[in-house]
Amino acid sequence: MTRTLSAPVTVAFDYTRSTGPVLGRFLTGLRDGVVVGGRTSEGKVVVPPLEFDPVTHEATTDFVEVAPTGTVTSWTWVPEPVKDQPFDRPFAFALVLLDGADVPILHALDVSSPDEVSTGMRVQARWAAERIGAITDLVFEPLSASGPTGVEAIGDNPVSGVIVPVSLDYLYAASPEESAFYRGLNEGRIVGQRCPTCQKVYVPPRSACPSDGTPTAEEVEVSQTGTITTFCIVNVPFLGQKITPPYVSAYVLLDGADIAILHLILGVEAAEVRMGMRVKAVWKPETEWTYSLENIDHFEPTGDPDADYETYRNHL
Amino acid sequence: MAKQPAAVVGVGQTHHRAKRLDVSMAGLCREAIDRALEDAGMTLDEIDAIVVGKAPDLFEGVMMPELFLAEALGAAGKPLLRVHTAGSVGGSTAIVASSLVQAGVHKKVLTVAYEKQSESNAMWALSVPLPFNMPVHAGAGGYFAPHVRSYIRRSEAPTHVGAIVAAKDRNNALKNPYAHLHNEGTTVESVLASQMLWDPIRYDETCPSSDGACALVIVDEDTAKASPNPAWIHGTVMRSEATTAAERDQVNPQASRDAAAALWKQAGITSPIDEIDCAEIYVPFSWFEPMWLESLGFAEENGGGWRLTESGGTAMDGVLPVNCSGGVLSSNPIGASGMLRFGEAALQVRGAAGEHQVDGARKALGHAYGGGSQFFAMWVVGAEKPSN
Amino acid sequence: MRDVAVVGFAQRQMPEFDGSPTCVEMLVPLLAECYEQTGWTRRDIGFWCSGSSDYLAGRSFSFVSAVDAIGVIPPVNESHVEMDLAWAMYEAWLKIQTGEVDTALVYAFGKSSAGVLRRTLGLQLEPYTMTPLWPDTVSLAGLQARAGIDAGVWDETAMAEVANRSLTDAEKNDWSIRKGGSSVEELLAKPMYADPLRKHDCSPVTDGAAAIVLAADDKARDVRDKPAWISGLSHYIDPMGMGTRDLTRSPSAERAAAAVDLNGVEVAELHAPFSHQELILRRELGLADDVRINPSGGALTSNPMFSGGGIRIGEVATRIWSGEVAKGVGHATSGPALQQNLLCTLVSTPEGASN
Repeated sequence: MTRTLSAPVTVAFDYTRSTGPVLGRFLTGLRDGVVVGGRTSEGKVVVPPLEFDPVTHEATTDFVEVAPTGTVTSWTWVPEPVKDQPFDRPFAFALVLLDGADVPILHALDVSSPDEVSTGMRVQARWAAERIGAITDLVFEPLSASGPTGVEAIGDNPVSGVIVPVSLDYLYAASPEESAFYRGLNEGRIVGQRCPTCQKVYVPPRSACPSDGTPTAEEVEVSQTGTITTFCIVNVPFLGQKITPPYVSAYVLLDGADIAILHLILGVEAAEVRMGMRVKAVWKPETEWTYSLENIDHFEPTGDPDADYETYRNHL
Repeated sequence: MAKQPAAVVGVGQTHHRAKRLDVSMAGLCREAIDRALEDAGMTLDEIDAIVVGKAPDLFEGVMMPELFLAEALGAAGKPLLRVHTAGSVGGSTAIVASSLVQAGVHKKVLTVAYEKQSESNAMWALSVPLPFNMPVHAGAGGYFAPHVRSYIRRSEAPTHVGAIVAAKDRNNALKNPYAHLHNEGTTVESVLASQMLWDPIRYDETCPSSDGACALVIVDEDTAKASPNPAWIHGTVMRSEATTAAERDQVNPQASRDAAAALWKQAGITSPIDEIDCAEIYVPFSWFEPMWLESLGFAEENGGGWRLTESGGTAMDGVLPVNCSGGVLSSNPIGASGMLRFGEAALQVRGAAGEHQVDGARKALGHAYGGGSQFFAMWVVGAEKPSN
Repeated sequence: MRDVAVVGFAQRQMPEFDGSPTCVEMLVPLLAECYEQTGWTRRDIGFWCSGSSDYLAGRSFSFVSAVDAIGVIPPVNESHVEMDLAWAMYEAWLKIQTGEVDTALVYAFGKSSAGVLRRTLGLQLEPYTMTPLWPDTVSLAGLQARAGIDAGVWDETAMAEVANRSLTDAEKNDWSIRKGGSSVEELLAKPMYADPLRKHDCSPVTDGAAAIVLAADDKARDVRDKPAWISGLSHYIDPMGMGTRDLTRSPSAERAAAAVDLNGVEVAELHAPFSHQELILRRELGLADDVRINPSGGALTSNPMFSGGGIRIGEVATRIWSGEVAKGVGHATSGPALQQNLLCTLVSTPEGASN
């Protein structure tokens, strides 16, 4: 058995970026097959244009069209491309000084081996067939005898936004203490641990008791019955919701634990749920169990009289 | 050793909106920065150091965005710091910027905090599903609503007090041209009639999701002398506790009480309700106004807060006007929200709050909190230089 | 300015940490080590500040549970920077300089191995025209290395010399995760990886955490016979743009060097995750030939994200404590291709420590 449980997780969102006028001007150019730089107060043409001048700090307003051809000023080989790079086979990243610009742009260069690239080599833009106003509308390739193939402008409206998908893959690991908790759930048990310093029983157990900074240690199986300390009735639908509102999300203080867990209350009208109500865990069928608190489908009332306020007032 | 005196001489903020599609992140920050510098009568070149604050990087999908923003913010060739303390970050960032002056390290410090929430979805960014963990089943307000219920139970508050706060703040926002929400005609009745989202929290009792930024110019004593109306910093405090702990008081957290006690002591204040002229308190859900009034010592625990609110004591003409700017309930660019509280407090004691100015305000509180009510940042600013 | 010293330092470095990305279980023993070194308890600490990154952990608010490792009843005076440990230390040093507190403990942590580090760091770039191409950290360093080679500022041999010395020194550092020097010839005979970089020119992916304890005046003298007094602390940032910068230089490092006194420095721990970056830093700092560089093996042999910079300061401090040197400098970097740089000079005698 490994010390900790782990599982892959992907964190992904398609970010919607508003570009502002300066980067918008640059991206509009790419969509329309031209490369636009910005002239700084010192007269340098920078590609992509700087949003604000490095000396005067004013917004850039002087735009200059530069050539889709240029010279490599530095490069690096990419032997093992990572996800979402312009090519899924080895290629080069290069700094390319476009003709008409004073500083180079960082971009991808389509060559099949490091022998085909050198500082000082001439390159040209290769435009994507479908251009959307993004830096990925072009890549660079070695200059051909006929020069770059021009493309036609696509739209009239200036580009003011760009969608940037960001998807990151991680291996998520639970702490050793949490792993013990999840393993218990996979066996139908709710396992807490006692803090050796303050003697409080934590469910789930903790790598450090938040009061004392000492790891919880002695294993304590707590009851599957407890008291609702406080709750809210969820009436609002939202992204990723699994249950139709209204339903109750409640803090349940399990008998034998010193801290409440957040869970669902079902089997009772939302309007009937009360602070102090006694509830018990309702488990999913054993065949569906995994290493998760989701093995407990929900909590439902036991039918016993409500707990006295004094028994849980220190847990609010 | 005493802190070097420091004062706010420039305050700037953006027009806060659900989506500021007209600007990039740099443009958003510069809108606030340029206003703050103009207010201070300074240029970017005069600034010694820059402190940037914002909430989680997942909101905008850029890791440490201050790195790419550095040049646009005028930080190239200067020291730059990036603070992140969850929702309290705007306040914490202002405090770190103050400490650069109070330590005697710099004389003119610019600080900016921002959030461009329209780049993603805050609900997603705050609750990315993790293996083994139970998915969030309650949504954004679902975290705080149970604690509001606990407060109501403990203090035996009438259930319409939250609506009083919401109606007040939304009407105050009408006097603030920068506020995100300008909802004309909001009344206690209209708030009570709005949809119950996370019982006991109604739709009109929740904050919006905003794009926005706030910037402050904080300077040393000599530089402040050139300003017609510096807001002197009388005290700053930061306190943290755990998100969850056995028997942790989640209605009135100890970190909040400790922070307030330390702040009043530093600022030489013995009776906050009498000595503070107005307060900008971080209230993302209406009920947090009475909750924090008690925690901050403006009112008795277990009921003094809601009584003060219900009596009209926190209205513009009350004994302690709270959130005259419209507060977080009217504009919530998360990373900037705390700095907006700090900046609005400074505007009040500088007599520069415009239509939402409290007459004769001399001492004001700026307050921010974050995480699961676990991180606190506060300051007191005054029209007079502190004597201590 | 008050005299402030580094009086405690603890670190953990490993190729793959099998625990949670919050690293709480790594922080607990780390803090215990700091208490043991100082004879203090958590209640003797006036201010806390941590450094970490949500994107390294893959979740928002990844730092909030880190305070559990402290034990926060009663609550603590605490802050967090989305930066390396060295900058967390800077914030704590400021706090002490204001006079509000006399002591501070700063810590930082990161589980780099949870994702694909060189790709994750692509999210640090300008998000409109750079990140969509996903330039990875190694590629950006490669562009910088080539720029210097082409300009004749350094060559592959000089880079290999850095790597060989680092790998040799790392043999004496239990925490280094890559070690074993051979010879420059042998290293140069190894295949190119990301031309012009070989694998030994790039720091290994490292998980870890570190903590530094600061104390002012007599509080520092109470802890150690030879506290490592901070005589200079300075940091600057450059523009990010890879095209607008002269990649063979680091103006922010040069500026930081001018703001501290490097005369008499005997040891320099430079946070150079790529071999050629040490060459840039040595030039910007104007270090004499007899200055011992990276006796720990440096970041080239072990580089935990968000603590790798602070560890450099800690490594210098331990050499002051032991009496091995009387003056040293620790350096931290952040951002692509040495964009942001911090220098901290440490001395064994506090006279004139303040600058």
